Amino acid sequence: MSLLEIKNLNISYKTRKETIVASSNVTLTLERGEILGIVGESGSGKSTIANAIINLIDPPGEITSGLIKIDDIELQNNEEIIKKIRGRKIGFVFQDPQTSLNPLFKIKDQLIETIQTHLNLSYKEALRKSINLLKEVGIENADKRIEDYPHQFSGGMRQRVVIALAISCEPDLIIADEPTTALDVSIQFQILELLKELTKKRNLGVIIITHDMGVIAETTNKVIVMRHGVIVEQGNTKDLLTQPKSTEARSLVISVPPTNKKIDRFKLISPEGTEITSSSANLTKNIIKAWGVRENTNQKLLNLSNITKVFDDRSISFSKKLIDEKAVKAVNDVSFELFEGETLGLVGESGSGKSTIAKIITGLVKPSAGEIEYNNFSLYNSKRKYQITKSRGQIQMIFQDPYSSLNPRFKVKNIIAEPLKFFQKNITRHDLDQSVFDLIDIVGMTRQSLDRYPHEFSGGQRQRISIARALATRPRLLICDEPTSALDVSIQAQILNLLKDIQDELHLTMLFISHDLPVIRQMCNRIVVLKNGIVCETNETEELFNNPTHIYTKELIRLMPKIESII
Amino acid sequence: MILKTINKFYDTDIGYSFFNSKIAIISSSIFFIIFLCSLFAGIVAPYNPFDPASVSLMDAFTPPIWSDGGSVSFFLGTDQQGRDMFSTMIYGSRISLIVAFASIIFAMILGVFLGVTAGYIGGRYEIIIMRITDVQLTIPTILMALLVDGIARAIISRSMHDEMAIYVLIFAIGISEWPQFARVTRASTLVEKNKEYVSASRIIGLSNIIIMFKHILPNILRPILVIGTIGLALAIITESTLSFLGVGVPPTTPSLGTLIRFGNNFLFSGEWWITFFPAIFLVVLALSINLLGDWMRDALNPKLKKR
Repeated sequence: MSLLEIKNLNISYKTRKETIVASSNVTLTLERGEILGIVGESGSGKSTIANAIINLIDPPGEITSGLIKIDDIELQNNEEIIKKIRGRKIGFVFQDPQTSLNPLFKIKDQLIETIQTHLNLSYKEALRKSINLLKEVGIENADKRIEDYPHQFSGGMRQRVVIALAISCEPDLIIADEPTTALDVSIQFQILELLKELTKKRNLGVIIITHDMGVIAETTNKVIVMRHGVIVEQGNTKDLLTQPKSTEARSLVISVPPTNKKIDRFKLISPEGTEITSSSANLTKNIIKAWGVRENTNQKLLNLSNITKVFDDRSISFSKKLIDEKAVKAVNDVSFELFEGETLGLVGESGSGKSTIAKIITGLVKPSAGEIEYNNFSLYNSKRKYQITKSRGQIQMIFQDPYSSLNPRFKVKNIIAEPLKFFQKNITRHDLDQSVFDLIDIVGMTRQSLDRYPHEFSGGQRQRISIARALATRPRLLICDEPTSALDVSIQAQILNLLKDIQDELHLTMLFISHDLPVIRQMCNRIVVLKNGIVCETNETEELFNNPTHIYTKELIRLMPKIESII
Repeated sequence: MILKTINKFYDTDIGYSFFNSKIAIISSSIFFIIFLCSLFAGIVAPYNPFDPASVSLMDAFTPPIWSDGGSVSFFLGTDQQGRDMFSTMIYGSRISLIVAFASIIFAMILGVFLGVTAGYIGGRYEIIIMRITDVQLTIPTILMALLVDGIARAIISRSMHDEMAIYVLIFAIGISEWPQFARVTRASTLVEKNKEYVSASRIIGLSNIIIMFKHILPNILRPILVIGTIGLALAIITESTLSFLGVGVPPTTPSLGTLIRFGNNFLFSGEWWITFFPAIFLVVLALSINLLGDWMRDALNPKLKKR
């Protein structure tokens, strides 16, 4: 008898105009002691299945047919049974630990409430049990910390509390929906280890939903690959990752940036299953003609010296001295240089000051102290406004969130044309159209897309539009702030290839910011490692990965989830 | 052609919500009928009440058509000067709507401008603007309007007063309504200005004016539209109140409020219709706009969207 059995599950969402099938004929089983991974691109129906198991499908979605059984008890559409089983037999770990705990209740109350709802224990017993649970998930000083509120815990600690909550009633099944996506690499490692350990110790069944193939490789025994609500392939993890059969699985595996070597371009697989080798060389011809050929001189293009940024809140505190002592330095005495034609990687966990540095270089934020020179010309201490504006035009940025980086009220055409018009005031209508066409060609989109609005495109396509807009000012320096972290792996591979192509053709210099070490390794020549606003280490990419010197860098490289670990 | 446009409108979410809401259809129909009537008052109204030649004192105090002594030619009766009630109401609603629209547009321009700039620029400028709105919101609308009217009376000479009355009224209502717009606009601007498309525009080097009014403003029009619609109903009522108190438009060009005030004098002598019909008319007009605003607020709020 399997722990969990799903048979021919069909779920659809009826909207006014169409019915969206979120899951069709999904069949799977899960045994005790097994970790099952569900992967797939966004919108492939991964979370829908998890929600269906605990009957949390929101209307208009509904289970149209199929069977869900836990220990041979039928679950679906039986509110009475589900209420007893949810929390009792099934624990759920959500993606974002910031929002999955109620901020108004102490950890104690949340744990005890859950325990007393399902188990017949007195308050004292429940409290003792809660403390033991917290100890089990690795929270030190558990008997004191249990009195704390969620905001007093860090992100990783909070996710531990969520896991403690999930296992509090000794469930048989834990469903974790992207449990580590919102966490840093080092914490991700700990949480995954914890899940593995609990699985073994308590003989649980675990379902992990993720888009990260590294996580899959390191934790799961079995994998299911989904696409458009259909299971396209399933098997044990090792077989599937080494010999994927379906197009979808192959495309997922092949697009994962390898952690142990540097490759030139990602291989891409078309929906028909053939490999694509793309080159945009002929597409950039027009742009190069317009821009003129740019020589790479390998000279210093950007120089940051002793940049410090303090975010103070003067409206709250009027005492200047207090600020200086207590202020958090988002960026602390950072210096590095960027040579023309190279890609410099900026790596660090959340809060390390990566994005703040990008904002300082682009002029969105003023540094509290320090000097930035672009082309041997200071960007902040100079009085020559015109020169600064001109330099600023040569520094462009690609943003993390493709859903907010394009103005939803502008047509794509106007989004790309705006910087063109701004920098070439007396451009003719014809030249403008031609430039817009050239730019949309480069990023590999059709000219028909120019007359549409951003919301009609997918995340990857929007990121392409974003790149086209950044290229419109003829930049020399392109800052990419986590350009692919909101995208699926296969789309990420496409965008990274595109960025490499563009860089090669147009001789761009890039500052590539990411928390994702494998991606950084593929993209960059040199890497700067940041922690809490301080530079830990700067080195050539291969040197840094093979012989890290700083202890923090060593940690990061050791802990990153490696898809190769299984192969 | 028209069918095509309606079909297209039906296809959008807001259009679908409109055609599936009885309240929206009824209230917008009522509003547009009143709006068109007052726009084409010269054609719709059977008499021109402001033309002394068409008014006869002999017809004064004619009751509505269904009462004893009612006349076929004045189906809602006449007032103390023999003017046809129906015609005066149509012309009166024209004055009311002109004042309401003009003052809301004035309030909207002022409030949106100050709101967007306060939200985007921030700092001391924002604090000053927002404290002004806070202070002004503690003063009731009517008091504020009375204050402006009083000052205007002191400044403008007596002979000019009747001519200027309507502008003073527009200014008085507009100045008391703008804080609503400023607050809503500022809040929405604060949300929008942290989005990455605004950062992108700043990196390109676009000026703050262009970013504020070309990029941010179109993205925050929805809440402004809702406030504007509800504010319109409020402006109509404020105007009527002021006119009822005798500080609004002069009696020679009566608005709905002025008509109610006149009629009020005759309420106890039995001529109820002189005040009753304009009052009902005012209630229907304000209610229809208010319901339209309510529906719009719900329909434009994705969180409240019915599935």
